[in-house]
Amino acid sequence: MATTEAETYIGKPVPRKEDAKLLTGQSRFIDDMQVMGMVWASIVRSPYAHAKINRVDVTAARESEGVVAAFSGADLADDWAATLPCVWLVTEDTKQPMHRPLATDKVRYQGDGVAVVIAESRAQAKDAAELVEVDYEELPAVIDPEAALADDAPILHDDLGTNHCFTWKLEGGDVEGVFGSAPVTVKERYRQQRLIPNAIEPRGVIATYEPALDEYTLWSATQIPHILRFWLAIVLGVPEARLRVVAPDVGGGFGSKLNVYAEEALALVLAKRIGRPVKWTEERSEGYLATIHGRDQWQEMEYAADEDGKIRGVRAKLVVGLGAYLQLVTAGTPILGGWVYGGPYDVEAYSLEVIGAFTTATPTDAYRGAGRPEATFLIERTMDALARKLEMDPAELRRKNFITEFPYTLASGLTIDSGDFVGALDRALEMAGYEELRKEQAERRAAGDTKELGIGFSTYTEMCGLAPSRILGAILYAAGGWDAATVRCLPTGSVEVFIGTSPHGQGHVTTFSQIVAERLGVPIDQVEVIHGDTTAMQLGLDTYGSRSLAVGGIALYNAAEKVIAKARDVVAHKLEVSGDDLEYDNGTFKVAGTDKAMTVRDAALHAFTAHDLPDGMEPGLEATFVYDPPNFSWPGGAHICVVEVDTETGAIDLRQYVAVDEIGNVINPTIVDGQIHGGITQGIAQALWEEAIYDEDGNLTTGSMLSYLVPSAAETIDYELDRVNAPSPTNPLGVKGVGETGTIASTPAVINAVVDALSPYGVTDVTMPAKPENVWRALQEGGAK
Amino acid sequence: MIPATFDYELAESVDHAIELLGDGRDAKLLAGGHSLLPLMRLRMARPELLVDIGRLSDLSYVREDGDTIAIGALTRYHDLQHDELLRSACPILAEVIGTIGDPQVRHRGTIGGSVAHTDPASDAPTILLALDAELVARGPGGERTLPIAESFAGFLQTALDPQEVLTEIRVPKTSGGAYQKFTRRAQDWATVGVCAVQVNGGVHVGLTNMGATALRASGVEEALASGADPAAAAERAAEGTSPPSDHNGSAEYREHLVKVLTKRALEEAQS
Amino acid sequence: MKTVGITVNGESHSAEVEPRQLLVYFLREQLGLTGTVVGCDTSSCGSCTVLVDGESVKSCTMLAVQADGHEVTTIEGIGSPGDLHPVQQAFHEQHGLQCGFCTPGMVMATISLLEESPSPSNEEIRHALEGNLCRCTGYVNIVKAVKAAATA
Repeated sequence: MATTEAETYIGKPVPRKEDAKLLTGQSRFIDDMQVMGMVWASIVRSPYAHAKINRVDVTAARESEGVVAAFSGADLADDWAATLPCVWLVTEDTKQPMHRPLATDKVRYQGDGVAVVIAESRAQAKDAAELVEVDYEELPAVIDPEAALADDAPILHDDLGTNHCFTWKLEGGDVEGVFGSAPVTVKERYRQQRLIPNAIEPRGVIATYEPALDEYTLWSATQIPHILRFWLAIVLGVPEARLRVVAPDVGGGFGSKLNVYAEEALALVLAKRIGRPVKWTEERSEGYLATIHGRDQWQEMEYAADEDGKIRGVRAKLVVGLGAYLQLVTAGTPILGGWVYGGPYDVEAYSLEVIGAFTTATPTDAYRGAGRPEATFLIERTMDALARKLEMDPAELRRKNFITEFPYTLASGLTIDSGDFVGALDRALEMAGYEELRKEQAERRAAGDTKELGIGFSTYTEMCGLAPSRILGAILYAAGGWDAATVRCLPTGSVEVFIGTSPHGQGHVTTFSQIVAERLGVPIDQVEVIHGDTTAMQLGLDTYGSRSLAVGGIALYNAAEKVIAKARDVVAHKLEVSGDDLEYDNGTFKVAGTDKAMTVRDAALHAFTAHDLPDGMEPGLEATFVYDPPNFSWPGGAHICVVEVDTETGAIDLRQYVAVDEIGNVINPTIVDGQIHGGITQGIAQALWEEAIYDEDGNLTTGSMLSYLVPSAAETIDYELDRVNAPSPTNPLGVKGVGETGTIASTPAVINAVVDALSPYGVTDVTMPAKPENVWRALQEGGAK
Repeated sequence: MIPATFDYELAESVDHAIELLGDGRDAKLLAGGHSLLPLMRLRMARPELLVDIGRLSDLSYVREDGDTIAIGALTRYHDLQHDELLRSACPILAEVIGTIGDPQVRHRGTIGGSVAHTDPASDAPTILLALDAELVARGPGGERTLPIAESFAGFLQTALDPQEVLTEIRVPKTSGGAYQKFTRRAQDWATVGVCAVQVNGGVHVGLTNMGATALRASGVEEALASGADPAAAAERAAEGTSPPSDHNGSAEYREHLVKVLTKRALEEAQS
Repeated sequence: MKTVGITVNGESHSAEVEPRQLLVYFLREQLGLTGTVVGCDTSSCGSCTVLVDGESVKSCTMLAVQADGHEVTTIEGIGSPGDLHPVQQAFHEQHGLQCGFCTPGMVMATISLLEESPSPSNEEIRHALEGNLCRCTGYVNIVKAVKAAATA
């Protein structure tokens, strides 16, 4: 029995197993797939933001070359057993409008689907869709969420009689008392612009229906095959057991593929009606209308503080533009930051009010960070306002307020398990060369340089790793927050791993292989990770909210521990010793004080042949673990952004970006760095370039990648990363979520830097995105230096 | 993402192209396709016929002709950007061409296509206008030469006859010059661009995206001619312009920006 | 329909195409070379970048008929999982990809860049990739990969 030393993998920069197919064009994204007999769907979408549908005529489309069928929304109105879902109606009285995959009575945003055409080819479907005639009666649009709540605002959902969807409140501590007695208060108001997620792979679906079996299969570019299956069974009114959902290779998500979309339901219904597989792929400009947007808030924040800068209370109010309907997490998205509006600071009184309003725009939903970038932005921008008021250094003000003892129960009620905010800030200041930067800033100011230097901070914490099911239940979320994994040791030595998370770029195959390979002592290339298919793995709650490692990874770790426990019994029986006499290390059981040993892989073979197992033991070496986390995951850290601002043109140059994050133990540092790089870039993009803009008639005027500015390599810079570590005590790997931290932290660091640069000119805010004109206007309004 | 249907004819020669353009269908010339195909893909342009002149390789050249440089209309941006003759005899043109689009666009896009597309946000028409370029166009009635300014009929409108094919662009030899291109992203069209170059003893200033077509900043040129320094002359940069308002900048901001960029371009051209 | 003869990855293909057939759909749907992908409809994202006669081109902005008689190289034509092209290898080693959707375009744009400028500076690399968008990596490791490929 060979007992060579097994390799260790956890914590090492193992090259990704996913790469070979992605690098050679052998990946299978949804649009790469064809099914025999497949037809193409093209959706006719409303050019108007708000209109009554008087008539839809698909006659000419039906006669167009290659057309198989064409339907209006009314034609399909009876095909739906339930509305498209919202999983989180955040209060008992949250209003949920009916949301059919195709509109029947009214269209409520530009891009709302009104008809669908199915043809033999992509081009024929598109040609025929142009022939659908729709008689619209235009109604007024309302885009701004505050305007939507006004008495005279046009009402989107006549049966609701109001655009007000919900008011959600959370209070902790003596808010009135603290604000009544505080010697210093500051109050700020900011706009979180609308954003478009822009996964580079557009969405797409293929649906098939097998009449003989009454079975459906949906391939979709989705982050959530399991959640999708559950909800689509309800929307279609079909047995969940007869619906299989598969996520093939998925090209990024960032929340945009965390949904139950009209086209997914539509394709299934059409596949059954037509009797042929149906494919739909979104075009990018179509996706800008038909795929969820993010953010869209008016934000107000008040701090109550002592004269020395110690913050005692926070009071925040958000008015959120929900768009026209509630998609899967539309109402809950702002609430995902609802407990962390105190930031990483020790705050005794907490008040947050969130108001959701329907607007004639694409629904907003969870875009990377979902609720927490909004929180960090408001906290960190207001922090700088307080620093200005008290004439304190912004780093010192933050240091003065950090939570330093853990676990720490927030005034909002949740408990941060671990952290090191002070350590992160100290390291970031050192890396940035803070004193030198301030010196250079002063020199430039003294010299009258037209390029001003600005230094911006963002120190943050966030709640991710969604989530303890009991807490989710208490806050009215309609599902749990657990995840699951199965580890199956095959008799020939390799290991199959089935996971309930659904990666789309995060490298789960590699990271999860590292965990299993190390715990079971098998070479990493002998571990196969299978995901994204509800037939292969029924249990799972998919990938979003930085949950995959912190929840799914722990399920996997525990499943591996269950395998080891069973293997221990197999080995003990085989070696005729007590299980207690076996020492386990890296895949090998050794009998203490002897040279007797056996590996997990050997045990797998014995468990498979089952020739000689303990009485009553089930053959096979396999375990499933369903893990429900006891707490959220609490990453944190300190980011510093340095910019140069051209005061003549308003142009901003990124000069330096330092990020020191505390994200617990790291399984694969290369993959983690990659997550942080990408996250920071999306947050910077919100600060400087990106904005979904509607005109007053409700037309999306940033309707393509030409006008919605996703940054390229030419606009961005290299980032300097480091970490401090305060391992999470709530899980056996000591890990935390990392997928969203960069986005959560970076936006206010950039804007704080820009405002810092312009502070001699009396500038205290620059509207996001801080495009050159907005900077120039802030300078015009700020007054002279 | 898929253009509406159209007929396609491959032109064997310029004369063949002229003949095809005159056959009664709503026809468009296809050169590199980097202005036309994006519009067709979104079905914002739906010609009945595309006449592909992209294979007329005899229209791709850079030649010296006395004091001028003659450029074939089908010469690609990439070839111009790297052309040794152009880089020595009219370096500012090569430099400006190198800022257009991105490398992939420059591998396909042609200078003639850009001129005929008449987009005020394009860089090539601006520098050519500043250089007092001449266009050579051939139509059913033969060949004619016209100053580039006369080819600008309006926003995305060329004054070339629908049956005319632009064959050559002629620019004077010149040294120095500067182009200040202001964009929010490198791949974007200029929010504003300002080109300053010495031509025939005077400084010419061309403006990108400050009106319906590429423009000359005549106020600035006059001021310079009367001895104003760059800063003073640049104050007149917005005179006679009618800049657009869009998400990259309002007209008011562009009127400010053009002055800053003009000053910088003049100073850079001087140094 | 028009008949075209296009050499793709060294293999000559003769095919009937509609004049409106874009090169990218010709590659994907007529030849089954799905490694070249479509990420936008405005020539912005560069995901569809291929080499035409050795130079990077956005295959969404070229008609198949325009490629008649030319040589096209796609991601499938430069290396295989067991025998990666040096640029593919560098992207792997530097973690220059996450979801991998933009990657074929990035790799082809990089090959074209290195052909024209064998040892580019960081700034040159960043500018040369201005026509290729990635939403996952923040470009940091892509730039590293291009640099590594240049010195490989």
